[in-house]
Amino acid sequence: MPARIWALAVKEFLAILRDKKSRFVLIGPPLIQLLVFGYAATFDLHHIPYAVYNRDPGFASRELLGDFQGSRAFRRVATLTRDGQIAPLIDREKALLVLQIGPRFTEDLLRHRPAPVQVIIDGRDSNTATIALDYVNSILLAFDARWARDHHWGRPPTQLVTRAWFNPNLRSRWFIVPGIVALLTLVVTLLVTGLSVAREREQGTFDQLLVTPMTPWEILAGKALPGILVGAVEGTFITLMAVFWFGVPFLGSVLALAVGMLLFLLAAVGVGLMISSLSTTQQQGLLGVFLFLVPAIILSGFATPIANMPAAVRVLTYANPLRYFLVIVRGAFLEGDGLRALGSQYWPLAIIAGLSMTAAAWLFRRRLR
Amino acid sequence: MVAETTLTSPLRLEGVRKRFQRGKESVLALDGLDLDLAPGQVTGLLGPDGAGKTTLLRLAAGLLRPSEGRVFLFGREGGAEDKDLQVRIGYMPQRFGLYEDLTVQENLDLYSDLQGLDPEQARHRQDELLTLTALGPFGKRRAGALSGGMKQKLGLACALLRAPPLLLLDEPTVGVDPIARRELWEIVQGLRAAGTTVLMSTAYFDEAERCDSLVLLHQGRLLRQGSPERFTEPLRGRCYRVRHADERRRALRESLQQRPGVRDARIVADGVRVLTGPEPVTPEAGERWEPMPPTFEDAFVDLLGSGGAGSVATASAASPVSVGDAAAETVVEVKELRKCFGRYEAVKSSTFTVRRGEIFGLLGANGAGKTTTFRMLCGLLPPSGGSLRVAGVDMRRAGSTARARLGYVAQKFALYGNLSVDQNLAFFAAAYDLGGPARRAAMARAREEFQLAPYGAVNADDLPLGIKQRLALACALLHEPTILFLDEPTSGVDPLTRREFWQRINALAAQGVTVLITTHFMDEAEYCDRLVLMSRGAVLAQGSPTELRTLAQSPDRPDPSMEEAFIQLIEAHESPLRQAS
Repeated sequence: MPARIWALAVKEFLAILRDKKSRFVLIGPPLIQLLVFGYAATFDLHHIPYAVYNRDPGFASRELLGDFQGSRAFRRVATLTRDGQIAPLIDREKALLVLQIGPRFTEDLLRHRPAPVQVIIDGRDSNTATIALDYVNSILLAFDARWARDHHWGRPPTQLVTRAWFNPNLRSRWFIVPGIVALLTLVVTLLVTGLSVAREREQGTFDQLLVTPMTPWEILAGKALPGILVGAVEGTFITLMAVFWFGVPFLGSVLALAVGMLLFLLAAVGVGLMISSLSTTQQQGLLGVFLFLVPAIILSGFATPIANMPAAVRVLTYANPLRYFLVIVRGAFLEGDGLRALGSQYWPLAIIAGLSMTAAAWLFRRRLR
Repeated sequence: MVAETTLTSPLRLEGVRKRFQRGKESVLALDGLDLDLAPGQVTGLLGPDGAGKTTLLRLAAGLLRPSEGRVFLFGREGGAEDKDLQVRIGYMPQRFGLYEDLTVQENLDLYSDLQGLDPEQARHRQDELLTLTALGPFGKRRAGALSGGMKQKLGLACALLRAPPLLLLDEPTVGVDPIARRELWEIVQGLRAAGTTVLMSTAYFDEAERCDSLVLLHQGRLLRQGSPERFTEPLRGRCYRVRHADERRRALRESLQQRPGVRDARIVADGVRVLTGPEPVTPEAGERWEPMPPTFEDAFVDLLGSGGAGSVATASAASPVSVGDAAAETVVEVKELRKCFGRYEAVKSSTFTVRRGEIFGLLGANGAGKTTTFRMLCGLLPPSGGSLRVAGVDMRRAGSTARARLGYVAQKFALYGNLSVDQNLAFFAAAYDLGGPARRAAMARAREEFQLAPYGAVNADDLPLGIKQRLALACALLHEPTILFLDEPTSGVDPLTRREFWQRINALAAQGVTVLITTHFMDEAEYCDRLVLMSRGAVLAQGSPTELRTLAQSPDRPDPSMEEAFIQLIEAHESPLRQAS
């Protein structure tokens, strides 16, 4: 029996590796995605284009504008002279925001009166707008504090001192790159397994396989093995890239990550084989994989927090293996988690793996026409 | 236009060579071909696999350019750019590009638009073609839901929309049952009457004999061209039907094939047909030799050799029949077997038994339920009702030990395409629990018996069809099964390979292997010991080939061929149904 499983696994490997195209699929796209996600996907904003409509002739406004000028986050693209210029600038996305400083800004400040500054911001991309506003706020706060100190207004009664744990500089790369480990491992594993049964069905070899003495569980094991191995190699490679290339700290236990990855791979392979045994052609298999992949990523907490989702959708996420593995990966990287801390993530993965594998083995024999 | 076509040859090739790049090798598909097609005739294109038939047709259709030489269409050297020539050619490839999700009518409309027919003209022509192909009642049916024969007819109709003076057909009758084949042939006959020049490749000898002229290709060269009589005439006096009082046909064929002076021996109705060399052969005792008129098949074999060089050695594949076991005689037992897919009844109440060492054939039109029956027997499909036992067990519930006793060759030779021949063999050997020395021995035997050694490192996808078939059979026989299931193993395979294949099957049966086989070739039915004729899921008739032929006897047809018997029995059964639908 192990000999039969081994023979099938070897056959699967040969089928993947002897084909130039499928060899490329395993290496090319993951590498490209790693670079794209690693470098391009970030929530941090740089060089926010802004315009200034300064109606104040005084020195205070110049001082404030100097703060913006000196920040690397902002880049001034235009200086306006009348009201009517604001709308076209935002409409055409020439500037993300416009700072309007009233005509009595310096005067108000000198008289100890509140001096409003108007920010008009392009809200089409709400996420970017929020972050940009946050930056503007922090520059204004800094300006306020300095002004109060220099002009002897006295210190404000409360002061906010923030300290971000796990990611002190709030770098979004630290958040995203460990997520890619999970994401790409899932993609590659699904591609390897999602097509394997469908390909055999399409070519008629699956019947040939079913009339051999192999049992469905042996077929399952033989088909799962290459998927797990390929996924593990890919996952390990991306983890190493994350640590040594992107410089994300790895504080937790390697063993905890390895156990999590193994369970996650089992679950992903189970899902892949299930999709594959439901489809009769490779095209269907590929469609099935993407039909699973897209919601799996959105409902995983990879980009948007699960806590923000409506309750009904949140229930769905419990069936998503990526959800648990993301917690494991981020825990192992940034939080320094060990086996015990991640136990609550292991068992749901094990359950998903068990269920999907059983379903796949059952479908092998049922879905016959 | 008609006047013009009678003057100039619609298709003329001068010294045409065509090279293809396959991987690092360059393959010469056509090697200096000169050809001249007579206008208004039906010309058959024959030759073994890889002879260059499809390449020739694609060159003629302007889809390929010759590497050397010139192709003239209606006296002009045009190619694909010449719109004027293009509209005068109809081309139907082996798999016509029907849109399976469109209906019959939508397919016709689409092709009318693609060929730029104006709507009025198109509707008129479509009506004509729907009448011609008898597809009228199926206008609203999805093309994907048509039977194989109907798809071919629709493909032909699409190729005929412009009423082209030159029609090129690439194996239009492959994988099509005898009834649909006859209908297709009638359409081609009608075209000839209308003055169309037809060039069609075929694997059927009876079709070849009905052509006006034949072109025989071999390894990219023209072997011979002429009327069917020109091929058969030199063989007059060398063809016989041999009968023997006691010996069975298979044994008789084996003994005749080995005899010196015999070129070829094949099983036909009531005996063995023999083609001798130029010198007469003296009959042995008990044999009756009757002279027969030569057929094109004889000429084909005479010119190209009989394939597997006479003897095909096959080592003992099954243990001898164990004596004393009462159940040993019956190997497959099927009782009132039924299978429904939703509301569609694919197999209804079929009952038959197969005995050890028999070659048992399942015949039937496309969609008769042969493959479904096969898959139930192999345990790939659960029956909806009835009972079945293979080697004493129900395959559906059988464990792996029971499955190890049978071999299965699926339709279209299910092999792993990007694995080499050796890797395919090694995988199936391991899947059948052959390990270590046993595996090496089985693989060595397969390589030798099936002459696969030279292809060891070649990917299965790159093999010629005939070798693929050999490899599929070799893989199914590695574990020496006692029962062998073959689902249309000869479909699309050239005549010589088919012969070689049947020699192997005969040798296996002689050793006690039980063989169940489905086929579209009625001449192959003669090789079977017993047959089941299926139609619309039901068993119509069963018995030996002779018994089946007797069933179809009628005063005006005292000695029907298997093909005629088939058509008659099926039509008698289906005509009320066909009218009803």
